Amino acid sequence: MAQDVTGTEPDDEVGMESIEGEASARLLPQDALLRSVVEPVGSATAERSLGDDVVRIDRSDLAAVAESAKSAGFNMCVDVTAVDYKGVRRTRFEVVVNLLSHQHNRRLRIVTAVPEDDPTVPSLVSVYPGTNFFEREVYDMFGINFEGHPDLTRILMPDDWDGYPLRKDFSVGEVPVQFKESHQVQ
Amino acid sequence: MAKPVRNSAHPPSPTTRSDLWVAGTEEPDWMVASTDEGAQEMERDEPQGRSVEQRGTRVVDDFVIDDSASDDERMIINMGPQHPSTHGVLRLNLELEGEIVRRVKPIIGYLHTGMEKTAETLTFLQGGTNVTRMDYLAPLHNELCYSLAVEKLLGIDLPPRTLAIRVLMTELNRVSSHLVATATNGMDIGAISMLLYGFRERELILDFFEKTTGLRMNHNYIRPGGVAADLPDGWEDDVSDILERIPAAMDDYEDLLKENPIWKGRTQGVGIITEEECLAYGITGPTLRATGSQWDLRKSQPYSGIEQYEFDVVSGTHGDVYDRYRVRIGEMYQSLRIVEQVANSMPAGDYTTEDRKVSPPPRSRIDESMEALIHHFKIYTEGYKVPEGEVYVAIESPRGELGCYIVSDGGAKPLRMHTRAPSFANLQALPIMMADSLVADTIASIASLDPVMGDVDR
Repeated sequence: MAQDVTGTEPDDEVGMESIEGEASARLLPQDALLRSVVEPVGSATAERSLGDDVVRIDRSDLAAVAESAKSAGFNMCVDVTAVDYKGVRRTRFEVVVNLLSHQHNRRLRIVTAVPEDDPTVPSLVSVYPGTNFFEREVYDMFGINFEGHPDLTRILMPDDWDGYPLRKDFSVGEVPVQFKESHQVQ
Repeated sequence: MAKPVRNSAHPPSPTTRSDLWVAGTEEPDWMVASTDEGAQEMERDEPQGRSVEQRGTRVVDDFVIDDSASDDERMIINMGPQHPSTHGVLRLNLELEGEIVRRVKPIIGYLHTGMEKTAETLTFLQGGTNVTRMDYLAPLHNELCYSLAVEKLLGIDLPPRTLAIRVLMTELNRVSSHLVATATNGMDIGAISMLLYGFRERELILDFFEKTTGLRMNHNYIRPGGVAADLPDGWEDDVSDILERIPAAMDDYEDLLKENPIWKGRTQGVGIITEEECLAYGITGPTLRATGSQWDLRKSQPYSGIEQYEFDVVSGTHGDVYDRYRVRIGEMYQSLRIVEQVANSMPAGDYTTEDRKVSPPPRSRIDESMEALIHHFKIYTEGYKVPEGEVYVAIESPRGELGCYIVSDGGAKPLRMHTRAPSFANLQALPIMMADSLVADTIASIASLDPVMGDVDR
């Protein structure tokens, strides 16, 4: 039943083949569509996770891989989110982009690691305009900056909020008064 | 006195002032400029680039005042968050020129309660109580999406009756949600009767939900591993009653609205969005299908065995408010069609998985079996552990693609639970729909988008 959601492929590794002639032999997926996404971007690697296609990249290549995914037919960016791996992984954050192709009826997840000391990734708004709100939400909740975003402001929290609520070091119930400006006389 | 002339094709008439001159009653310049026909007349043809920016894929939503218009004509008003037609606490920053909306910026967050943060403090079993409160008009879809994601991480299979019950309940929920959408859409445009009718028929479904789950909303009925309880005795009669009365009532709605000239005048050609814009902005659901797209996750990426049942994808042509209303009406008929098939072919068997590590044992077993008692105790205290991994699952909620992204670190609580809320993404359609439309039409556009603020803000 669980397989019904994203197709019936088995959960094994993507068939990989190495390209001869390159200085450093790179593993590329055999699947033609995935390969066309991964091949133009130097740092991209593809894998399968629980039936989903996942592409991992360096964060500087995020816009490049989004471009190549869009030209490969992934015409919709359904979701951008982030995960805080504080205390779990060495690189603290991960930005996760979920793409969807109507034409191929497939999904693709792009994952990139973002370090704590420089939480910046390139914005995808120029490639997928719909990432506007999602990137603002990630900025609001995790404090990850999207370079090139036209309006990177808080979207869910009040503008004067301190901290980033979905970070693991932001505890539940930490802030006693929500709108601290409201008691000040103008 | 020189009046500002914006359109040289229509120079102000020199005879507009009164012939009888009384000292001290002449209008000051600002009043003439702001109330005279010459100043209020809008240019239909805009300077190159601006409307492209608004309608195309580059919506710039920071307010930069265009110097070519004087301050008298241009104003920024806030609609909401307490406006009754914004369906909750949506606030819109509207930049108006006279009665024409030039730019729109949706401002959200008034209902933000940090549900994604809360989810990290709840076990996977408790998580259902959290997600069901997000989209409060389609709680069962939220539960289903969350449960599918957890089950995918767990790698468990479910008995056929569970799947059928889930399809039955979610499709009924789709009808009840679309009933509210159509009802409030009618109310916002002035068809108050539609509000009363829509909510009246919704009660039938909510009564059935109450009988089955114990609650009218926020059911926590669909849980990882199955559903909370079997369908109640006599459910067939309730469902057949719903299947009899709702289509009959919907025929009344068709008489009321389908060919109603006022309704058509208010909705046709209003709030238009194209398929290309929908794809660019991640807009899904009835809004996308009203543009002519056939994309429906129930067909393309079916879940919970919904592919066994026959139904059609309803789509429109023009992508306007009227087509969205037609798509919702059509989807209600199709959902009732699915419900009828499920009711006629409901398999016998268990309503939850037999895996006692996930699904608590029946109450009667606890008195007899030591293992059952242990399982019961473990599930309700520390919860069950979910294998490490990350998963994204999407279903077709009444508002579009509802996704759930769960990261598990192998414990009993998720490391991260993110909901891809369809209303949140769909709100990005508002600047496209509303640019260069009338203020009165903003209401129609919002209503046709059917945003649920609980879903937007989470």
